[in-house]
Amino acid sequence: MEFINNIFTNLMDWLGNWLLTFLPYWLMRLIIDFIVIVAILGFAVVAVLFLTWMERKVVARIADRIGPNRWGPFGLFQPFADAIKMLIKEDIVPAKADRWLFNLAPVVIMIPALLIYAVIPFGDGMYATDLNIGILYMVALGSITMLAMLMAGWSSDNKYALLGAFRSVAQLVSYEVPMVLVIVSVVMLTGSLSMVKIVENQNIPYILLMPVAFVVYLCCAAAEVGRSPFDLLEADSEIVAGYFIEYSGMKFAMFFLAEYINLFAVSAICTTLFLGGWKGPILPPYIWFLIKCFAVIFVLMWFRGTWPRFRIDQMLDFAWKVLVPLALLNIFVVGVVTKVVTNEWIWLAVMLPLNVVIAIAALSLLGQAQQRRVVEAREIAARGWPQRT
Amino acid sequence: MLKTQTITVNMGPQHPSTHGVFRMILTLDGETIVDLKPMFGYLHRGIEKMSEGRTYLQAVPLTDRLDYVCSMTNNFAYAVAVEKLAGIEVPERAEYIRVIMAELTRLVNHMMAIGFLFNDLGAFYTPVLYAYRERERHLDLFEMASGSRMMCNYIRPGGVSGDLPEGFLPALQKVIDINKKFVDEVDYFLSKNEIFLIRAVGVGVLPRQEAIRYSVSGPVLRASGVQYDIRKADSYSIYDRFDFDVPVQQEGDVYARYQQRLQEMRQSIRILEQAQKQLPDGPVMAKVAPRLKPPKGESYARIEAPKGELGFYLVSDGSNNPYRFHVRSTSLINLSALREMCIGFKVADVVTILGSIDITLADVDR
Repeated sequence: MEFINNIFTNLMDWLGNWLLTFLPYWLMRLIIDFIVIVAILGFAVVAVLFLTWMERKVVARIADRIGPNRWGPFGLFQPFADAIKMLIKEDIVPAKADRWLFNLAPVVIMIPALLIYAVIPFGDGMYATDLNIGILYMVALGSITMLAMLMAGWSSDNKYALLGAFRSVAQLVSYEVPMVLVIVSVVMLTGSLSMVKIVENQNIPYILLMPVAFVVYLCCAAAEVGRSPFDLLEADSEIVAGYFIEYSGMKFAMFFLAEYINLFAVSAICTTLFLGGWKGPILPPYIWFLIKCFAVIFVLMWFRGTWPRFRIDQMLDFAWKVLVPLALLNIFVVGVVTKVVTNEWIWLAVMLPLNVVIAIAALSLLGQAQQRRVVEAREIAARGWPQRT
Repeated sequence: MLKTQTITVNMGPQHPSTHGVFRMILTLDGETIVDLKPMFGYLHRGIEKMSEGRTYLQAVPLTDRLDYVCSMTNNFAYAVAVEKLAGIEVPERAEYIRVIMAELTRLVNHMMAIGFLFNDLGAFYTPVLYAYRERERHLDLFEMASGSRMMCNYIRPGGVSGDLPEGFLPALQKVIDINKKFVDEVDYFLSKNEIFLIRAVGVGVLPRQEAIRYSVSGPVLRASGVQYDIRKADSYSIYDRFDFDVPVQQEGDVYARYQQRLQEMRQSIRILEQAQKQLPDGPVMAKVAPRLKPPKGESYARIEAPKGELGFYLVSDGSNNPYRFHVRSTSLINLSALREMCIGFKVADVVTILGSIDITLADVDR
């Protein structure tokens, strides 16, 4: 049991010791780090390929279809077919596009997405580096993505792309705020910004302590990645792919992959922050991590297959008027409870009911706002419609 | 104040959600629509001109292709116009079969309209495919009766081209039962969805006076508070024998049009049940010459097609080709109100509003 649980860390230790017998220390560290980086990036890319397959299957099944089933058993080789298709497509650059920005945008969007994997703990002791500002690093990288979207939208010399870029920057900036606020409350519970410490301190998964914060984080995560119901960045039925409308071939593949890499990264972070990371009985830690991660991803795909999307102004309303107050309220509750009460289990007994109360209050307020809107529409109709300018 | 400029965006003929090749030139101020210029004609096939070179019977397959989703009702409208022109009596059994087919078509059309409205809203294909699952049953019925799923060419001047086969009536009963449950299922899943409510309530309002001024018809008109249904107001065929209501909504927004279509589906099921019970025996086609030569004159006949008022204006000069064949197309007239409905709303709403009017470009362009 111990052996299987620590198989990867033991492997790296053994390899390091063997290399140390004939190499100087700095060279051994270099080689070990290089192997770890390659392993993590390899895992990320393979996981993303698997995710594209999973997305198509899950959304298809929700829509009463079958999904890819030609290439390989259950269509498992479909991602390879997609990759080959993207590789052999012609690489078109629009005539009046800004060449430098146009070619640079896919690179700029891919790199931060991959860099996030450096701080995620995949298992007990399985991480690339234990930055003591892990979470802050992750938030900072999320902001670079919006720079890439703006570059892509502007340099494409296409009004649709520009519209898409405007929308995406507005959306990402607005949803950073509640996300950071929720992360602050998690950090308050842990006492450290380091991702590894956050997992280690979660004897009770934080989702039980702060379910409202979990829901807020899930909404922000979906919005950051650009998934339904916040997918107006690439609203297929409105602006036909938004900011990457002019890209084709491998550059388009970069955007496409970056979205899924972001999706996996954001789910991994959600697992680390709220679901207890790699903790769990019986099974090895890295298996638990994967299970939890894919559960979150499945929920996000479920959202995509079921709900229609928001309009840009409604989405920004939602972020600023609903999520930010909820996140702030959460910080307040966590601050008060952690100062007053010291035992972890009493935290659970106090915070869970408080969260349920907050959730019920928020939902009923939202429901009333909705009712008011419906009644208002009826009244305007009954009065005979005001003149619109 | 900051001096801002408006940009002109072309929601071009090639677009995933313009319901066909339809072009809109939008003038935007940020994301708000300042002006909208619709341009159609990309699907013009010259059906009216072609029909003037054919006999009255040869023009029936051309009418199938007008609004390709509802081929039965297109045929129906044309048949009623020709019968009015030539003074043909239609046998009882044929009238009942025509009503059954028309109401089945209405169900199909409204299912698809609701499904595609949600597709435009962003619920990526899930409601559409649920609607299609039910539509397949209807298409099986059409195939049983006429031999073809979509381009039926079944209802002809004088009656119906062939009698219903053996297994049709039990299959029809099954479809009616399943549809009752399906309409309730759609209501349960979609009507209270928060995101749909927030996208649809108060969006794309068409005031009552404007609706009448633009000659809008069908569910769009009734959702704006005008209780006008040609089946009751200017009754054709045998609709005066059936007991059904005409639902009406007051708000005139996208949500009202969705509710209107849902309620009309329920009424269609009522009519189907009554028609199926009262179906008499008898011939299905009157004695009509294949090369029909109606007397000189003109006729205009209209029916309540699923999308609105579909009318055919026929002028005969005594020969066996129509001298003038004109289609009063539902989608074109309904589309003329688009600009009125969209100004002041956002880009994302244009697609929703277009989806809620429920047009078929083939009907707009003929």
